[in-house]
Amino acid sequence: MIDTVDMTEAQRKARRSRSIAIGLALAGLVLLFYVVTIIKMVVPGT
Amino acid sequence: MALAHDQGGLDAGVDLGLGETGGLSEGGARDFVLLLKPRVMSLVVFTAFTGMMLAPGHIHPLIGLIAILCITVGAGAAGALNMWYDADIDAVMTRTARRPIPTGKIRPDEALAFGLVLAAFSVTLLALLVNWAAGAMLAFTIFFYVVIYTMWLKRSTPQNIVIGGAAGAFPPMIGWACVTGSISFDSAVLFLIIFLWTPPHFWALALFKLRDYGSAGIPMLPNVAGEAATKRQVFAYSIPMALSGVAPALLGFASPAYGAVAGLLGAVFVWRAWLVLKMPDGDARMIPAKKLFGFSLIYLFTIFAALLADHFAAPALALLGGFA
Repeated sequence: MIDTVDMTEAQRKARRSRSIAIGLALAGLVLLFYVVTIIKMVVPGT
Repeated sequence: MALAHDQGGLDAGVDLGLGETGGLSEGGARDFVLLLKPRVMSLVVFTAFTGMMLAPGHIHPLIGLIAILCITVGAGAAGALNMWYDADIDAVMTRTARRPIPTGKIRPDEALAFGLVLAAFSVTLLALLVNWAAGAMLAFTIFFYVVIYTMWLKRSTPQNIVIGGAAGAFPPMIGWACVTGSISFDSAVLFLIIFLWTPPHFWALALFKLRDYGSAGIPMLPNVAGEAATKRQVFAYSIPMALSGVAPALLGFASPAYGAVAGLLGAVFVWRAWLVLKMPDGDARMIPAKKLFGFSLIYLFTIFAALLADHFAAPALALLGGFA
């Protein structure tokens, strides 16, 4: 049998806040790599 | 809680560190941002940006923006690792007791993982996307702040912030290296301005927070050498610090107008340090020390703002002259 942890409301809220922040950071990284790739392809010497 | 009790096969004597919350954090995104020491980060952004702008050469604006982002995140990672290691003393001092680890919002192991991941990401990104020299310098800065200052010097010598202050002085050199891929004498002068500024800045704070540091067992100069010796050291450091502020003009990479502004600011700093030196023994209010601490923040910001303004003023004036 698998034991589970019952989260409190504060823990649930904190986890949601962290998940949103991690999601935004990952989306930012994707955008960052895309932009840098384009710049390095287009602008010589960067 | 069930998770903490039913770890079948694990030694019952092992502390899993899961605590009363079953190992689940109550720290939100805001608490993790506080772990990065946002106020210190803002100074890092500003000084690194200044170093980048003053460096000879050109950097693509978006690459420059990414470089500043990496340096900022690297500084934040160092702050998080500092809070992880110093959680015990942070809990004792009034100035730091509200930080996320002492208040229990973030567990120490979370802070450690957060700091290590951000440090690895920021250094790798800066090295791959900007240049290896800047990446290596950022890695060294994080190492210096966390290992040399936080883990070693801070708890072992009253000269902790003199040597440890180097970590806060590296950002303009990293900004400079982002453009040139190397360090130079000019960037070392920017380093020196912050390096010499740090001791009088922190010792002014330590004077009026003497009890705080004492109760935490940190060997700050006022607790070890006494108030009188600290006041003398504050004044003694203020003179080379003021001279280093003028050095960019004397060395020719800033104008005489900048030199005049830096000279005036340095003179006010030395005068305020003199008032600290003349502060009566046993003065509980420590007004001159508090005023010097406040002015030291204005001083550093204004010096770097003046360097930036000076750098952009010459091309702007030339452009205006062209229109006339």
